[in-house]
Amino acid sequence: MNNILIVAEHDGRSLNAATAKCINCASQIPEARISVLVLGHNVAGVAQQAAALAGVHTVLIADRSDNQHQLAAVLAPQVAHWARGQFTHVLGPSTTFGKDLMPRVAALLDAPQLSDIMAVESARRFLRPIYAGNAIVTVEVAADEPLLVATVRTASFAAAASGGNAEITAVTCPAELPSHTRFVSVSEVSSDRPDLQTALRVVSGGRALGSSDNFKLVYELAGVLGAAVGASRAAVDAGFAPNELQVGHTGKIIAPELYIAVGIPGAIQHMTGIKDARTIVAINKDADAPIFESADLGLVGDLFVILPQLCEQLARR
Amino acid sequence: MKRLLVGIKRVVDYNVRVRVKPDGSGVATDGVKMSINPFDEIALEEALRLRERGAVDEVVVVSLGNADAQAQLRTALAMGADRAWLVAVDQAVEPLDAARVLLALAEREQALAVLLGKQAIDDDNNQTGQMLAALWNRPQATFASKVEFEGAVARVTREVDAGLQTLEVDLPAVITVDLRLNEPRYVKLPDIMKAKKKPLETINAADLGVNLRQRVINVSFAAPAIRQKGILVKDAEQLVTEMRARGLV
Repeated sequence: MNNILIVAEHDGRSLNAATAKCINCASQIPEARISVLVLGHNVAGVAQQAAALAGVHTVLIADRSDNQHQLAAVLAPQVAHWARGQFTHVLGPSTTFGKDLMPRVAALLDAPQLSDIMAVESARRFLRPIYAGNAIVTVEVAADEPLLVATVRTASFAAAASGGNAEITAVTCPAELPSHTRFVSVSEVSSDRPDLQTALRVVSGGRALGSSDNFKLVYELAGVLGAAVGASRAAVDAGFAPNELQVGHTGKIIAPELYIAVGIPGAIQHMTGIKDARTIVAINKDADAPIFESADLGLVGDLFVILPQLCEQLARR
Repeated sequence: MKRLLVGIKRVVDYNVRVRVKPDGSGVATDGVKMSINPFDEIALEEALRLRERGAVDEVVVVSLGNADAQAQLRTALAMGADRAWLVAVDQAVEPLDAARVLLALAEREQALAVLLGKQAIDDDNNQTGQMLAALWNRPQATFASKVEFEGAVARVTREVDAGLQTLEVDLPAVITVDLRLNEPRYVKLPDIMKAKKKPLETINAADLGVNLRQRVINVSFAAPAIRQKGILVKDAEQLVTEMRARGLV
């Protein structure tokens, strides 16, 4: 039996889709018994969402005000407390939440961590990308390790289906929680658009847009398609788009059904963030741009001419 | 003395297209250009700016590696670091062991903070800083895009999936940096000459009380699956036709 603990990601109200992908990943580990740990404040609703996912055996809910801001330094001692001696695997999503938290958990448990697992070969053997996705390494955790910690590359796994009915158990942790880390603020997110990480369609813009004003063309096309908006690192660095829209190696790794790259040449660091997209469409004025090597549909031309035409054509059903 | 410790990893240069060896035993790194991990370079730049603003007095850099890593430490000294440590190791170091080494040095140097890149661009683990913070029982502020020291605390803005989050952490703390924190300075020739005279000490991991462990085995390496090249369309109209034919829109 492999007892697997998954640390749920949520915003206080909704379970993040990344958690359902972690559950699917965990279910591919032989003889998996999956528990989901929800840490937060007033998160009974989130626990219920987790309990409704297929494959979940138990949901543990750690509800206390200290957990409100999801600080790694506060959560990690609690995760380590419940994981120790009870579980063989502790998984979290490879999002900024999981990347921040899980290594802290691993260190408290003196356990090895595998980052960004993209496939399960056995309970100890996994695949993960290195060198910005230029190589895939098969890694195996030594047989005498009682526990391993991992983050899950969510773009590699479909979400677990609904239809579960797991038992929900409240847990409390006697570990003393630190006060050395304090939440100050978080930027307001505009929620009128689909979430980049879970959207079925994404339109991304690159530096070729030229200005944040011109970047509106990307928003317009996304609006017509009901798509989320993304950006290349160069476009974010240039200030055309906010950081949370960055797609790629050090930004978000996504797997939409349709990805439209506008004015993005397609450096390996960008491609590693979209290689699991089902269909890639590239629009670029440079016919030699590397993105055309990976695009399913390519259009060479001036994006300032093409984008308004596309919006018009798409609107005209 | 207020002192910052900055971790420097020697990695294959950002611009090199890494290839897997035909026998799958690893990636080809012979004769390939090596550099400071770009995220670590940003961490060092931030440490130097904190010193220049008077927030700290000294910047100490450390690298774990073989003697070749001295080249990257000399570059760091040329950028402006005051002193360097080479922790001599002859095997790959797993993140938790790297964290144990950094902890020993942070305590030895009584560091006010340890600054690291958020990840190294070779193994892409994104673990060491968080692990160090856990072992040290100190705050962590990962993925930093803005860092301010105010007396006994640091105020750090972080790039998270939701946008920008600001934390206040008591010092000492571990800060890992993201791409947009700063743009590292260029090294000038006179600085390279000056750097040759700066102190660079070598120490063994065992001397710091750390015995390296191999707990994760790299079984084999493979090139990533290549996407099939698709078709070119001639204009927006044909693109929409193709997307509709494929049920995408």
